[in-house]
Amino acid sequence: MTRITVTVDGVSCTDEVEPRMLLVHYLREVVGKVGTVVGCDTSNCGACTVHLDGRSVKSCNVLAVQADGHEVTTIEGLATNGELHPMQAAFHENHALQCGYCTPGMIMQAVDLLKENPNPSEEEIRVGLEGNLCRCTGYHNIVKAVAAVAASSSSERSSV
Amino acid sequence: MTAVDDRPTTEVGRDRRRKEDQRLITGRTRWTDNIQLPGMLHLAMVRSPFAHAKILSIGTDEAKASTGVVAVYTGADLADSQGVNINAWPITPDQVTPTHLPVPADRVAHSGEIVAVVVARTAAQARDAAELVDVDYEELPAVLDMKEALKDEVLAHPDSGTNKSAFWKLDSKEQGSGGDVDEAIAKARQDGIVIEREYRQQRLVPAFMEPRSTVVDPTGEQISIWSATQVPHILRFAIAATMGIPESKVRVIAPDVGGGFGGKLQTTPEEFATIAVARKLGKPCKYTETRSETMVSAHHGRDQWQKLTLSAEKDGTVTGLKVELLADLGAYVAIVGGGVPVLGAWMFNSIYKFPAYQFNCQTILTNKTWVDAYRGAGRPEATYAIERIMDELAAEVGVDPIAIREKNWITHDEFPFTTVAGMTYDSGNYEAATEKALELFGYEELRAEQKQRRESGDPVQLGLGVSTFTEMCGLAPSRVLGSLSYGAGGWESASIRMLATGTVEVVSGATPHGQGHETAWSQIVADRLGIPFENIEVLHGDTQTAPKGLDTYGSRSLVVGGEAIVRAADKVIEKAKPIAAHLLEASVDDLEFSAGQFTVKGTDKGIGLTDIALATFAAHNLPDGVEPSIDADATYDPVNFSFPHGTHLCAMEVDTETGATSMRKYVCVDDIGTIINPLIVEGQVHGGLVQGIAQALWEGAEYDEQGTLVSGSFVDYTLPTAADTINFVSEHTVSPSTTNTLGTKGVGEAGTIASTPAVVNAIVDAVRHLGIDDIQMPCTPERVWKAIQSAGSHQAAAPVADAQPHFGDDAPNQDPAAGSTDGAAQ
Ligand code: FES
Ligand code: FES
Repeated sequence: MTRITVTVDGVSCTDEVEPRMLLVHYLREVVGKVGTVVGCDTSNCGACTVHLDGRSVKSCNVLAVQADGHEVTTIEGLATNGELHPMQAAFHENHALQCGYCTPGMIMQAVDLLKENPNPSEEEIRVGLEGNLCRCTGYHNIVKAVAAVAASSSSERSSV
Repeated sequence: MTAVDDRPTTEVGRDRRRKEDQRLITGRTRWTDNIQLPGMLHLAMVRSPFAHAKILSIGTDEAKASTGVVAVYTGADLADSQGVNINAWPITPDQVTPTHLPVPADRVAHSGEIVAVVVARTAAQARDAAELVDVDYEELPAVLDMKEALKDEVLAHPDSGTNKSAFWKLDSKEQGSGGDVDEAIAKARQDGIVIEREYRQQRLVPAFMEPRSTVVDPTGEQISIWSATQVPHILRFAIAATMGIPESKVRVIAPDVGGGFGGKLQTTPEEFATIAVARKLGKPCKYTETRSETMVSAHHGRDQWQKLTLSAEKDGTVTGLKVELLADLGAYVAIVGGGVPVLGAWMFNSIYKFPAYQFNCQTILTNKTWVDAYRGAGRPEATYAIERIMDELAAEVGVDPIAIREKNWITHDEFPFTTVAGMTYDSGNYEAATEKALELFGYEELRAEQKQRRESGDPVQLGLGVSTFTEMCGLAPSRVLGSLSYGAGGWESASIRMLATGTVEVVSGATPHGQGHETAWSQIVADRLGIPFENIEVLHGDTQTAPKGLDTYGSRSLVVGGEAIVRAADKVIEKAKPIAAHLLEASVDDLEFSAGQFTVKGTDKGIGLTDIALATFAAHNLPDGVEPSIDADATYDPVNFSFPHGTHLCAMEVDTETGATSMRKYVCVDDIGTIINPLIVEGQVHGGLVQGIAQALWEGAEYDEQGTLVSGSFVDYTLPTAADTINFVSEHTVSPSTTNTLGTKGVGEAGTIASTPAVVNAIVDAVRHLGIDDIQMPCTPERVWKAIQSAGSHQAAAPVADAQPHFGDDAPNQDPAAGSTDGAAQ
C-alpha cells in the first residue's frame, strides 16, 4: 500500500492505495466520486475523463499514485457555488445528452478543448472530442453545445 | 390582448429541456455500479475461452485460498438454485431451444460463457482470484458459419441433433392477403423483370455505454435487485418463474440506466448468477462487467443472410416479392431471439403495394454469442434489403430510384391500407415526406453535380442514396402477440396520484434508459390535467413504486405507455367530477373541465383540480358514497401497431482511387405522428441515424476460425466518434396516428431503420457506372476499393451487361466485385 495525497474537487484527501490502483477506481471507490464512470477497459471511451492539474486525462489511464500531490477535478467539482459551469448548462440547453453515461467525460473533455482552443471550428470540435464515445446522441447536439459555449464566451470577450 | 395570447398554451409540442439532465450533468446519477451496501461482496466471472468444449474439471482451491476470497462456485454448486435463461417467444411449437443455464456445469457452447463465479471482498480481489480458477476443458468441434450450420455436420448442441432451430413462413396466398408469389415470379421470367439478390446483415454489438451491472441484497423478507436493465418487470417475472422465489418477494429496480438499444432487454446469466450467489451467502453482492465481457456475453444483433427475389413488369411495377432468410441465433435462443427476424415478415413489403409476397425464415444455432433485439430488431434488416433491391430495380428499368418508389408506394389517399403481409397501416403520406426531403436535400442540384463528376472522370465520385421506410412499432396488441405464441402481453400501465399539496405523481410501467420519459410524460399530464409541468413527478423503474409494467423496447413507451397515462388522467378527471359538483353545488352534467378547472356552464363558478385533491385528502365534505381518492390507474392494450415512416436521403463521396468514403449530406423527413417534445425527437433521430450509418460503414462483430470474437473490445469494434460523423438535417411531416388519443407513432428506432440502406445505396450509386451493384457491409474503404478494382477487370473482360442471372443452388448472386466472400465465414 502507498500513501497518497490528492486534492479532489478542492478537498485534500490522504489515503492508502494499492500501487496498481487506477485513478478512476480511487475516485469512485475510495473518494466516492461516482459521478466519474467507467465505460471500457481499453482507454477508448473517455467516460472516465477528469482534469488533472487542469488538463483532461482519462482517469482509467492514470494510476492513483501518479496523482499524488496533484489536483483532480471531476464532474462533481465543475459547478461553482451551485452555479452550473457554462458547459454543463449548454449540454442541458442543447439536449446534448440522453442516457448521460458519456456526459461527465464528454463535458470534462469539452471544457479542456475550449481551454486549448477558445474558437474552434466544427471540425476542430469534432476532432477534439474524438476520444470520447457516445452511443445515444449521434454527437450532433454535443457539437452544438460546445460551439454554443465557444460562441458565447467569445462574444463576452469581444464585448469587454 | 391579441387573439394569439388567448390561446391556451400547450405543453405537447414544446421543446422543453429535460428534467433528467440536472443529475446527469452534475455527476449525481444513480448507476447500478454506484451502489455501495454495507458488507457488500463482489463477483468476478470465469469465462470459457473456447467456442465449444466439455468442462472436465474445475479446480478452485487456489482461488479459494486467495486474499479476500469468500467463495468460488461452479455450475455444479449452483445447479439447483440458479434458475434458467428464458425464451419468451417460441416461433413454432417445435422450435429447438437448447437449455440455457446461467452457469453450465458440463459443456459451454460459446466463448465467454460463464463456468465459475468468484466472490471476494473487493472487485479487484475477485478478478485476481478468477485468474487462479483452473478449468480443464475438452475442446469440441464448433460450428460458426450459419450456412455451414445448415448442413448439420457439426452441431452447436450435439444433443439437439440439428442446428436448425425453427422455420417460419408467411405466404400471402395461403393467408388470403395477396396472390401467389411463385406464379408472379414465373410470369416475370417470361415477360418482365426478375431481380435476385442476396444481402448480408452483419452481426453487430449494441454497445450501450454503461456496462451491465447487478446488485442483489437478500436482506429481510424481500430480495432487492438493482440491475442495468430495460426490463425490470420482465426480469422480476423471470426470476419468480425460474428460481423458485415467490414473485411477491422480489423487488427489481432499474435505476438510471446508461443506454440499452435492445441490448439490455435480456434477462441475463450474470443477473441469475448474482442472485443465486447472494442468496447462498445471505450477503449483498455486486457484479459489474468489464467492457470486454460485455462484448462476448451481452447479446448481439442482426446477423442474417437475406435472399430476395423481386418480380416486376417491364415498367417497374412490382408483381411479387419472395424473401428467404437465414438468421443466426448464436448458441442459445434468447428471450425474443427467434422472434426478431420474424418481425421482418410484415416489413419487407414496406411502403409498397406488392400483389404477391412470401416470407421464409430459418433460424439457426451456432457456437457464437447469442443474438437478440438491437435497435430496430428485424425491421432494419427488412428495410435494408427492400430498399437496396428497389434501387436495383430502378437501375434495371433505367429510372431514378425516387421514380421506382413512386410507382409502387401506397398513396396518401389509400389509407388505411391493408398490406400484402396483412398489416393495416392507419395513416401516412409518403409523397409529402419525400417532397419535403427532396427539397431540403437539393436533390436535382446534387444529381447534376453527380453527372458532371461522372463526365469529367473525377476520381471522387458522388452517389445519392434513397431510403423510404416504414416500420411497425408500439409493441403490441396482446391478442396479436398471443396468436404468434409470444409469452406475454403488450399492454402498458400507468397511475396518477393527486397529492394533497397540489403536486402530482405519475407512475409509469415503461422504464427509460435515456429517452427522457420524465420530461415527456410530464408534458402529457400537464396538458391533460392542467397542472404545471414543474409540479409533476414521474416515477418508474422500481417494481415497488411501479408494480405493473412491460418495460421499454420496440418504440412502445409513448404509443402504449403514453396512452395509458392519458387514460389514467382522464379517469382522474372523471373521479374528481362528482366531488367538484358537490363542492360547487351544481349538477355533474353542468360541469366543464378545462386547463385544470371545473366550471359550471354559463356561470363564473369554478374549482381547481388541485383544490379538489386537497378536499379529497381532507375528506370532510364529500358526496355520499364517493371514496376519498381521485387517484387513478389505467392499463392500456393497444388496438394496433403504429407505423411511422419517412424519407431519408444521403449523399456520399467515394474516392475511386482509395475506396475511402465520406458523407457529404444527410436529410431525413420522418412522419412520426404527433410530436410531444421536438427536442427529444431530434435527439432520438440523430442517435438512431448514427447507429444505422455505423452498420453501413464501420461496425461488425468478427470471429476467427476458433470462434473467438476478434472485435471483442472498443479497440477493434469501431464505434463512430464525433470526428466520423456530420450534422444532420432532420424535419417532419405529421400524419397523426388514428389508433391512439395523442396521435403519436414512436421514434426510437426510426433513424436506425432508415439510414443503413440510404448510405449503402449512396455508395453503390456513386460507383454503379463502374459496373458495381453491391458492396457488403460494413462498406470499409478496403471493400469499396476491392469492388472497384475487380469491377474494372470484370468490365474489361465482359463489357456487355449480362442478363439478370438467377440464384444458383447455394451461391450468393452478388456482383463478383462485391467482395461477397469477405467476412462470409462469420
Ligand atoms: S473507461 Fe473508457 S477510456 Fe477510461
Ligand atoms: S448520452 Fe448515452 S452515451 Fe452519450
